[in-house]
Amino acid sequence: MRVADNINAALHSVLAGDERAYLIGEDLLDPYGGAFKVARGLSTRFPDRVLSTPISESAMTGVAAGLALAGDTAIVEYMFADFLTLGFDPLVNFAAKSVTMYGTRLPMRLIVRCPSGGGRGYGPTHSQTLTKHLIGVPGLAVFEMSPFRDAAEVFAEMLALAQPCVFVEDKILYTRRMHAVPHPFTASVRDGVAYVGTGEPPDLVLVAPGGTAGRAVAALHRLLIEDEIAGLLVVPSRLYPVSLDLPPVPHVVVAEDGTAGGTWGAEVAQHVHARHFADLAAPVTLVHAAGAVIPAAPHLEREVLVTAGTIYDAMVRTVRG
Amino acid sequence: MLPALVDAPDQVRADRAAMLLIRHFETALLDLFARGELSGTTHTCLGQEHVPVAVSGLLGPDDHVLSNHRGHGHYLARFDDPEGLLAEIMGRAGAVCHGVGGSQHIHRPGYLSTGVQGESLPVAAGLALHLRRHRPGALACVYIGDGSWGEGAVYEALNLAALWHLPLLVVVEHNGIAQSTPTGQAMAGTVAGRAAAFGLAHTRITGTDPAAIRAGLAPLVARVRAGEPLIAEFHVPRLGPHSKGDDTRPAEQVAALPDWYPALAAAAPELDRAQRDRVARVVADVSARPPAEWTDR
Ligand SMILES: Cc1ncc(C[n+]2csc(CCOP(=O)(O)OP(=O)(O)O)c2C)c(N)n1
Repeated sequence: MRVADNINAALHSVLAGDERAYLIGEDLLDPYGGAFKVARGLSTRFPDRVLSTPISESAMTGVAAGLALAGDTAIVEYMFADFLTLGFDPLVNFAAKSVTMYGTRLPMRLIVRCPSGGGRGYGPTHSQTLTKHLIGVPGLAVFEMSPFRDAAEVFAEMLALAQPCVFVEDKILYTRRMHAVPHPFTASVRDGVAYVGTGEPPDLVLVAPGGTAGRAVAALHRLLIEDEIAGLLVVPSRLYPVSLDLPPVPHVVVAEDGTAGGTWGAEVAQHVHARHFADLAAPVTLVHAAGAVIPAAPHLEREVLVTAGTIYDAMVRTVRG
Repeated sequence: MLPALVDAPDQVRADRAAMLLIRHFETALLDLFARGELSGTTHTCLGQEHVPVAVSGLLGPDDHVLSNHRGHGHYLARFDDPEGLLAEIMGRAGAVCHGVGGSQHIHRPGYLSTGVQGESLPVAAGLALHLRRHRPGALACVYIGDGSWGEGAVYEALNLAALWHLPLLVVVEHNGIAQSTPTGQAMAGTVAGRAAAFGLAHTRITGTDPAAIRAGLAPLVARVRAGEPLIAEFHVPRLGPHSKGDDTRPAEQVAALPDWYPALAAAAPELDRAQRDRVARVVADVSARPPAEWTDR
């Protein structure tokens, strides 16, 4: 099953299982089914609860917050994560804060889905990963789609939190297959975190969000074959707040596809340093995209974004010292 | 301020040449996509070519143009540079923005496009504010689709433009659809009604003859230059997909849309052939170039 189909199935199950659930976003109606077709079939099956909006990110996010405030379940689809900047006020200043700013906790079942990331040649305003801008907002949790976890389970976790959640979906994943890992790696899931390894005790842990996972596995595969170093990939579905339980390893690398500076990776590093300091032989290494806008031309885009090669090089440097 | 009046037959020929150039350019892009030689996304302006051709003829060198995602025609009507634009779209040497911006993010002095809907209206108001002081008589011209009237930034900008008497020309390309959403499902009321709400001048244009359009628009644009903003709403068909291969409209519906091209191609077959050939040469030339280099980061 492709990742897009898995998210689609998850949306079907949320709307089928919850009469109060809505999906709101641009160009959602069939036969279009959203810019990346993830909403396919939903408007036909739930015509009253799949709302295609005008090009109005601020309003669609505010409307979803209103529904959530009234006890409904609201899922918002952004066409591109980049446009989250247009819905930042209703998300950050209203929805997230409302959970606590009135002195009594208000449950809000609100999920904002964001097709993120580059690799498709869409250019600087359609390719970003905005995760760093969402970190540390009181009342806001950040999750990311991973090919190793059924989206329906992750949706259930987010809704159970009863607070606004951003769900990052790397566009590059949509056409990838769920659960695919190359031999001799296998994937397992524990407490909402996916672990991809060979079963051997690892020499290194690589932490990456779901969108980077494919590149991360490729890098680990190469590290195993070329350098005979066993690495374990750790992919948490909930990116923030960070909570990770790592095996004792001397080396930890975090790879994410955003620019450096105030990042999720830095949060993970801080968390790992505080918790696993005694095991570490060196500080956690961070891998980021280049500090640049994301160019449109594919050859330039490759120079900027995190690749399997960038991750591999960082791991080798970390282990060799 | 207005461009020098050229004699009428030359102007007619120039208009036709520009419309045909844009048509063949856009068609070539869809071809390149179909052959897998273009990546990313691109929004063609098939059916809307006459809008920028008409408007550009009313603009002077000090005027600023703000374009959007569907901007190839805006660019080609302003600059006779299909090589630079195609190189940008293909990421090849000679690209206007070194392959960084791509189809939707293009900048040259007096010209800028961006792919975030609605974002450019306040920016255009800011440019207009600057021009009013430093280049009296110049204007900022911003292109916007009907769907982008969903964005709140549009209204904040219109309010300022009216309050501050900015030399702002808003060119609406009302093609009846936004991506897959018909205008009727996205816009309550009308563009004219929204203009009226701000006390802004509004005019509606349905023709495709640039000279006739300009004749009607010229006095209104002269008033823009004096600080009376204008919303010029062109009713146009979108003959192509939103980007590529994503048209969910029934084929008969698209086929029934009016198209200026067959009549013009029949009236000016040599010019049509010349422009088609020119675009073919541009495609061959640019396709053979090395990748663009991005050095000035
Ligand atoms: C803020 C924002 N939201 C969504 C999009 C995605 N998008 C690109 S073009 C488009 C439709 C624009 O419709 P319209 O303004 O009518 O122009 P047209 O495409 O018809 O020329 C959409 C939704 C975007 N580029 N920016």
